[in-house]
Amino acid sequence: MAWGRLRKKKEMPGGLWSKCSACGTMVYNKELEANLLVCPECSFHHTVPARRRIEMTADPGSFVEHFTDLQPRDRLHFVDQEPYSEKLKRAQQKTGNTEACLAGTCTLEGIPLALAVLDFSFMGGSMGEVVGEKVARTVELALEENLPVLLVSASGGARMHEGAISLMQMAKTCATLHAYREAGGFSISLMTNPTTGGVTASFASVCDILVGEPGALIGFAGPRVIQNTIRQDLPEGFQRAEFLLEKGQIDRIVERKALREELARILRYAPMVRALQDA
Amino acid sequence: MARDRKEAQGPQPAVLPFEQPIEDVRQRLEELETLAQKTNQDLTEELDFYRARLDRVTRETYASLSAWDRVQVARHPDRPLATDYIALLLEDWVELHGDGCFGDDRAIVTGLGTLGRHRLMLVGHRKGRDTKARMACNFGSAHPEGYRKALRKMKLAERMGLPILSLVNTPGAYPGVGAEERGQARAIAENILEMFGIRVPIVVVVIGEGGSGGALGIAVGDRVGMLENAWYSVISPEGCASILWRSAERKAEAAEALKLTAGDLHRLGIVDEVLPEPVGGAHRHREETVRSVGRRVEAWLDELSELDPGELLRRRQHRFRTISQTASDLEAALAAAEEAARREPGPGGVPEAPEPPAAPEEPPAAGAGGPGGEVREP
Repeated sequence: MAWGRLRKKKEMPGGLWSKCSACGTMVYNKELEANLLVCPECSFHHTVPARRRIEMTADPGSFVEHFTDLQPRDRLHFVDQEPYSEKLKRAQQKTGNTEACLAGTCTLEGIPLALAVLDFSFMGGSMGEVVGEKVARTVELALEENLPVLLVSASGGARMHEGAISLMQMAKTCATLHAYREAGGFSISLMTNPTTGGVTASFASVCDILVGEPGALIGFAGPRVIQNTIRQDLPEGFQRAEFLLEKGQIDRIVERKALREELARILRYAPMVRALQDA
Repeated sequence: MARDRKEAQGPQPAVLPFEQPIEDVRQRLEELETLAQKTNQDLTEELDFYRARLDRVTRETYASLSAWDRVQVARHPDRPLATDYIALLLEDWVELHGDGCFGDDRAIVTGLGTLGRHRLMLVGHRKGRDTKARMACNFGSAHPEGYRKALRKMKLAERMGLPILSLVNTPGAYPGVGAEERGQARAIAENILEMFGIRVPIVVVVIGEGGSGGALGIAVGDRVGMLENAWYSVISPEGCASILWRSAERKAEAAEALKLTAGDLHRLGIVDEVLPEPVGGAHRHREETVRSVGRRVEAWLDELSELDPGELLRRRQHRFRTISQTASDLEAALAAAEEAARREPGPGGVPEAPEPPAAPEEPPAAGAGGPGGEVREP
């Protein structure tokens, strides 16, 4: 299938046009933007940078960012082709963000909520210490202020450069979600292209309602790893949101243009939102 | 059982590349022993010399293992496996199969057993020793039904009031079509989450390989111990090397960079205790290793059985919530919280720092005295 892994949309001279990595069509950038980064030709839902995702989701001007003081660090002094610390610097320069997660509070159709959004453009949205901490604090903030939680994922999984510290973020985020659930919380996980590895295998899969975007790659192992292991071609549409829905692994698939409305509709069933409306 | 016990004491182990100097001396000694026997010569002096030398070379080799050496020791075919721990440590073993839903994953072994004073539920990754057994349990790589089987038995243990011993030894959860179809990621995530609510003590020992989420799926515990030559990380060295170095051949460098040894993880605050292996590794001293792990687990279970379930869960939650944070992190968080409180005394302010740790420090792992007996409100 042509929906390969996220080849970057190739910028054309002047930056006016992009090539859709799913269908190969040249798309006018303004049109793509107006269409919420969904290809007007093939409807592929392209990955959305975190800040843009928040703009698309939150009521205008309602987002208040939290936990901005958290800075990633190179605890292991990890060096592969280059030092991890250098890689972090470059990712920060490229994205203008300190880490691969933006978190805070906002309203959505007037409903207050806490949200954390992973940013795939920052080291593939990978989860290290800071991303885990931000997700955990978002959930704790929601618990404290009796808010519902929305977690939006776009991630290759746990970040290798922080070794077992990254792995432990899976436990940390699940620990806070467990406490939140016990306290009567309500959480929605929105899985977008791609959501894999340690992110899928932790907070993204244990929210109360799991929503996928159309065509999003969602899985534990990446398709190439699986192919190398089993040495067979993978079935058509394998690990796409539609496949997961059919296998009973997610609750719903929601198109981006209907997302706000649909999230609001779900959120209005949440206990704390009902209480707010009854008041 | 009898067969298992015999198997647990197997023959001479296979030789790892870095062990060649040890093997050279061992062979020399063996030749000399044969010669002494055949010729009836008195070679006591020479034999003593080589025995001392074997001892010294083994000690020296094992005193300076690289991270990659340890990964190989962790994977040694003669290393004690979950089945050895069951055979050597547990009385009245009753294996329990199946996830009650899809199937019985042989890569996870679960059952009831008695370790000294403690009746318990065991869950663990299962690897086989010979090729046939290794294939039968998929080399310790579990499918979703394996994680669901483990969770089902842990919930049973909770209802029965039995503590849980989890033995971790997996290269990773299986990456296959069926595994993805049946929700591998979700099964692991649900285990991790649910383990924070299991109201009985959970003791985890990484006995060999701690391969990423596939390991963590049964590794949320009140005590996490790790054998000296086990490895535990976010990805295997080969996987890491092929992604970051674009060549699986750079696995030794990746192993080093990942800081995946027991010592490293203890320093990072991820494992509570490094369980020493006899000189020459667990594969040379299978029974000794298993028994020493058993003694440590018993002591932990003694301590943990003193705690009431609420306190147990609160500490487990706190352990993983603050895991790998350094002391200076906690101090900084405290200072920031105080600062925020000074600046914004009114309600509605959003703390920009985590709450200072409410829990007392974990009681020292050693000693049978257990915790201080204080039960503080969360």
